[in-house]
Amino acid sequence: MLVGLLIIVPLIASLLVFFTKGNTSRTVALGLSVAEFILSLVVLFQYKHNPDNANLILNCAWVESLGIHFAVSVDALSILMVLLTTFLVPLIILSSFNTEYEKPNSFYGLILLMQMALVGVFTANDGFLFYVFWELALIPIYFICLLWGGENRGRITFKFFVYTLFGSLFMLVGLIYLYNHTGFETGIKSWAVTDLYQAGKSLTLNQQSFVFWSIFLAFGIKMPIFPLHTWQPDTYVNAPTQGTMLLSGIMLKMGTFGLIKWLLPFTPLALAEWGWLAIGLSVFGIFYASCIAIVQKDYKRLIAYSSIAHVGLIAAGILSANQQGIQGAVMQMLAHGVNVVGLFLIADILMRHTGTREMEKLGGIRNMNGNFAVLFLIVMLGSVALPLTNGFVGEFLLINGVYQYGAWVAAFAGLTVILGAVYMLRSYQAIMLGERRDSAIAFGSLASSDKWVLYIICFVIIAFGVYPKPLNDLAEEGTKAILTYIK
Amino acid sequence: MKGLFIISALGILAMLAEIFKFKKLLYPIVLVGILGAYAANFMEWGQNNMSIPMFNNMIHFNDMSLAFSGVILVTAFFWFILANDYFEEDHVTDHFALVLFALVGALMLTSFRNMTTLFLGVEILSIPMYVLAASRKRDLASNEAGFKYLIMGSFASGFLLFGIALIYGATGSFDLMAIRAFISHANGDLPAFFYAGVLMVLIAMCFKVSAAPFHFWAPDVYEGSPTVITALMSTIVKTAAFAAFMQLFVIVFGGISEIWSMVLAVIIALSLIVSNITAATQQSVKRMLAYSSISHAAFMLMAILAHTKSFASINAILYYSLAYSIGSISAFTVLYNVSKAKGSSNIEAFNGLGKRHPFMAACMVVAMLSLAGIPVTAGFFAKYFVFTVMIGTTFKWLIMLAILTSAVGVYYYFKVIIAMYFKQEDSHEEVKMETSHLLLLVLTSLFTIALGVVPNYLIEIFSN
Repeated sequence: MLVGLLIIVPLIASLLVFFTKGNTSRTVALGLSVAEFILSLVVLFQYKHNPDNANLILNCAWVESLGIHFAVSVDALSILMVLLTTFLVPLIILSSFNTEYEKPNSFYGLILLMQMALVGVFTANDGFLFYVFWELALIPIYFICLLWGGENRGRITFKFFVYTLFGSLFMLVGLIYLYNHTGFETGIKSWAVTDLYQAGKSLTLNQQSFVFWSIFLAFGIKMPIFPLHTWQPDTYVNAPTQGTMLLSGIMLKMGTFGLIKWLLPFTPLALAEWGWLAIGLSVFGIFYASCIAIVQKDYKRLIAYSSIAHVGLIAAGILSANQQGIQGAVMQMLAHGVNVVGLFLIADILMRHTGTREMEKLGGIRNMNGNFAVLFLIVMLGSVALPLTNGFVGEFLLINGVYQYGAWVAAFAGLTVILGAVYMLRSYQAIMLGERRDSAIAFGSLASSDKWVLYIICFVIIAFGVYPKPLNDLAEEGTKAILTYIK
Repeated sequence: MKGLFIISALGILAMLAEIFKFKKLLYPIVLVGILGAYAANFMEWGQNNMSIPMFNNMIHFNDMSLAFSGVILVTAFFWFILANDYFEEDHVTDHFALVLFALVGALMLTSFRNMTTLFLGVEILSIPMYVLAASRKRDLASNEAGFKYLIMGSFASGFLLFGIALIYGATGSFDLMAIRAFISHANGDLPAFFYAGVLMVLIAMCFKVSAAPFHFWAPDVYEGSPTVITALMSTIVKTAAFAAFMQLFVIVFGGISEIWSMVLAVIIALSLIVSNITAATQQSVKRMLAYSSISHAAFMLMAILAHTKSFASINAILYYSLAYSIGSISAFTVLYNVSKAKGSSNIEAFNGLGKRHPFMAACMVVAMLSLAGIPVTAGFFAKYFVFTVMIGTTFKWLIMLAILTSAVGVYYYFKVIIAMYFKQEDSHEEVKMETSHLLLLVLTSLFTIALGVVPNYLIEIFSN
């Protein structure tokens, strides 16, 4: 039942927030999202205490005659993703305290609605339910980007929507295909994930390839993987900062999480046959996006491309389908979620304090606000994956995992670590160091809400960089569970 | 079958109203009558073994026919609420009688068991519609619509008659079950002109459901007719035509599907491509809905194509037509009120509706999401059922095409949403709405969402 609460609380919260007015809505939204975070911590402790706790499973019939169940549960993998979501949403809401949005009640209501869908995606144990939550997550973010986005938001948001919807319809077809192959022995068709796993294994190579590519398309678009990424930079840049944070911090992980739980175990044969191509695309995407990131002038756009590069490595790790690869991917998903939210907040702070994100027009901010310089440095180093930051564990494991798949792939993927350092360090240098530009003079001190968000993010970056064991243990456990289905 | 009688009686009553001067009472009488017909329809439900064919096996209301009649009657009830203005102009009784007789034709198409009743049903449905399309007498576009509809409709009827004649020539019977038995006994040894007859019936039915390349009449007729009549055409007429289509091709001609399935697949593919691409370029929302109805027709045809899963595909068509009819009534209600206030049904008329009339805009969003097939609305489950039956067939490429074109579909449905919430209003005519329309929107929107959240109730009703 507890796991049901995880989904219901944000839903009720969003309805409540819709009925508030003015500035109270953000306070209410923050309070309720913190409550959801505490609830997810309770779930975590329950899970640590006893993984087979009945509180962690909810399964009731939805459309009985079609074998559709409202089945949600928490395992090691999904609890990590749920924690990431419930941890980031309060930070995202807090980070908006210095921006005045029109109709704040709708804005925060939509964010909480999105949280409901995201938690649903990460906990769903029924293929149909997974699809429904997957689509549901798209609608709030569409409206967030459309109503509060920058210039050209109509066209850009629309491109994003059509791209992702297109992918998810293919996923629906792939899932229905699997569903039609369930229940050969019993005669009863079922959407339960374990039944779908079995159905997937019973298929021939050609059938599996069909399922593999149709589902891969949906995840590939969501992450995004080269060459399906063209919606991403424009959408990230044009969305309001909180929308970008939701997209890159959490929504992107829907795709990578989907790869782990909703693709790999379905199609082991197709993965063996086509893995090289999917990994090739992912790895090429890292290289490609890093190169583009190096020449970007707009800092927000640079982060958008860096996100493509990071997710490429994560996807390559998952697709190499070994313990280190997947475990590293999970660790990196957590780290990237936290770091990228920090980076986008920094881009937003720069915009608010100096009026520009163009790196050429920025410079010398360190002298104006040393505090900010340190916080920025920590987030940036976390994102470059320096040892003792949270990014390091994941990246190390990922490259290890990819190496087991093929040394050349790993060499290519490793190259991008260097490229990542190049564009990250250069951007830091351009913005914070060097000669003081006119734009930096009036920089002033940070607002307390921004400061708190950055403090918390920096604390997490260092804390889990120094002592990643609790997360790593869970990631290892989750990976082992998935690998038993793949092997 | 009592429903059929009640509606026929209502039609005659409507004609008498002019003579006996109770025109004012007619509207409530008709609403109550339709509810009565629905109730009668519902009472007969579930007595599959007891229901008997009538008129020498010309008409037979079994559960399947009753289910489709139920969809038609529910839609008709909603439609009469939408169309209350239409019955306050002149020719009130004529309008009532025509619409009610069209309904009689629609109900016949759900229940025919004989080729002659098929033809009768098609004609009883179509002839009032020709007149209704031209019912705004002094409007050039309306006259054009009526004329075009008449010419194209008669052409299709000609095809239908010719096809029926050829089939009769080969099988010696008008009776559907006799034809079906003949096909299964012949074991493929059928004369060539029988196949020609089947294909002609196919073409005639494609005319009626406006599938490409037989769709050319649809956009002009839809645009020219009064908006409420367009709503009638795209919901009730379509549902009835699909009930007939399905009866013919799933049940009767299912045995010789190798003859028509490829033809139908090409028709579906063309409909999907032509309708969606053209709809995306339309400025008029009314015309856009006309093209989108072609694309929905293509989806329902896909369920017919997957006829080997006869039960599941009948279910899919039934669910699809219900979801589509309700969503369309919702969309047309908003369109009707907006175009009445602004004097135009172009997309610009919707600008700023989200600010000015948030409730109406929200209902339009629900309708558009349902037509686009986004969960958790009725339209999503409708598409889902079609995909489920189609995946088992050899026509997987059609699914791919349907997905590609659905993405285009999202483009034009969302154009309306974007206009409502994102564009600035340019004129200041107040959009007002009557309470009855408000209630109608509440009902249809709730219905759309309820069908999307708890479809099991309906599925269980249908699966009897």
